[in-house]
Amino acid sequence: MHELSLCQNLMDQVNDLARKHGARSVSSVKVQIGQLAGVEPLLLESAFTIARAGTIAEQAEMITEVVAPLVFCNACGKQSEVTPSNLLCLACGGNDTRLIRGDELILARVELVVDEDPQTH
Amino acid sequence: MCDTCGCNITDGNRHLLTPPKGRSSLGNSPAKILNNLLLHNDQQADLNRAIFDSKGVLTINLMSSPGSGKTALLEATIRQLNGSLKIAVIEGDLETENDADRIRALGVQAHQITTGTACHLDAHLVEKALDHLNLDELDVLFIENVGNLVCPASFDLGHHRNVALLSVTEGDDKPAKYPVMFRAADLMLISKTDILPYLPEFSPDRAEGCLRNLASKAPALRLSSKSGEGLEAWIAWLHSELKSYRNARQQHETVKPNVQPEGRMLHRAEPEIRFVPVKKSA
Repeated sequence: MHELSLCQNLMDQVNDLARKHGARSVSSVKVQIGQLAGVEPLLLESAFTIARAGTIAEQAEMITEVVAPLVFCNACGKQSEVTPSNLLCLACGGNDTRLIRGDELILARVELVVDEDPQTH
Repeated sequence: MCDTCGCNITDGNRHLLTPPKGRSSLGNSPAKILNNLLLHNDQQADLNRAIFDSKGVLTINLMSSPGSGKTALLEATIRQLNGSLKIAVIEGDLETENDADRIRALGVQAHQITTGTACHLDAHLVEKALDHLNLDELDVLFIENVGNLVCPASFDLGHHRNVALLSVTEGDDKPAKYPVMFRAADLMLISKTDILPYLPEFSPDRAEGCLRNLASKAPALRLSSKSGEGLEAWIAWLHSELKSYRNARQQHETVKPNVQPEGRMLHRAEPEIRFVPVKKSA
């Protein structure tokens, strides 16, 4: 829903990293999107093509990785990887579960193009 | 939706996009400020909650698809309460005063927010609406959000509880289709049960099952605003929420709705950095 605004946030982080490491440009940006984050990967990718314009990441490719929800069962202590519309424990079937992964949006990896001189980074 | 199409900018927060006079040279581009709209919303929401808490007004956000019977529920609630609780209503729609008129016709103060194009209410719109309402001696303020099962779930208005309506004409798998909305609900109301006999394809048990599959412990009540069936349980829920809210206020605490805001924020974990060395150009 808020893909463009989130993307601008993301670009701020990417630009900061590129500056810090003296990069010439950014070749790729990898993000992990939880299925319950309320963020649509395709919309984020298209927002990225707008947000990257005129920045050091103008040529960068966005790689999105969708992360399935992971729940912890308070009753039996097991963890299960589940689907967004079924957050029950796969081991005991209980619904006393806590979401421990799957609602996040994480900048996972940034690939920076740098000069070959090792002292520049 | 929202930032993608620009409808995230409402009359309530448009001022945030205009840099203060004489400060435009500081580089606060509209894009940069737009970036922070959600943060601004959360700050305003906390302010709104502080206003409600100073008056001791339990504030409830009603959300559903368009046409699930939010206004009809409020009308039935006003009749059922018969003045035993003092309430007021903020109505949210894209256009028209119709819903606020329906509430006022029952002698309850109401203010209509017309959002123009925005598909949800935000904390700034609610703050502006508060100028038109007298919160003194109120017990409960209802905010009827714009009919939409997507965007309203992501905006904290400063309210205390989320109620999601699901009418029996909609399909009993709605909680499975819109998990972000239904995970945010503190109470799910299955509405329009008077026409259930004509809709054998809708199973209230299946609807509740879909909610339980989201690991939600929120109660699921069934009611009909038209026949009055099930209204007592809803009124009892209101009274018990009001009681726990007042207990919290006595401890100088507040209650917050069941939203999961961390999901929409970009986590600040350190990313892995990979270097691609290239020959230095002359």
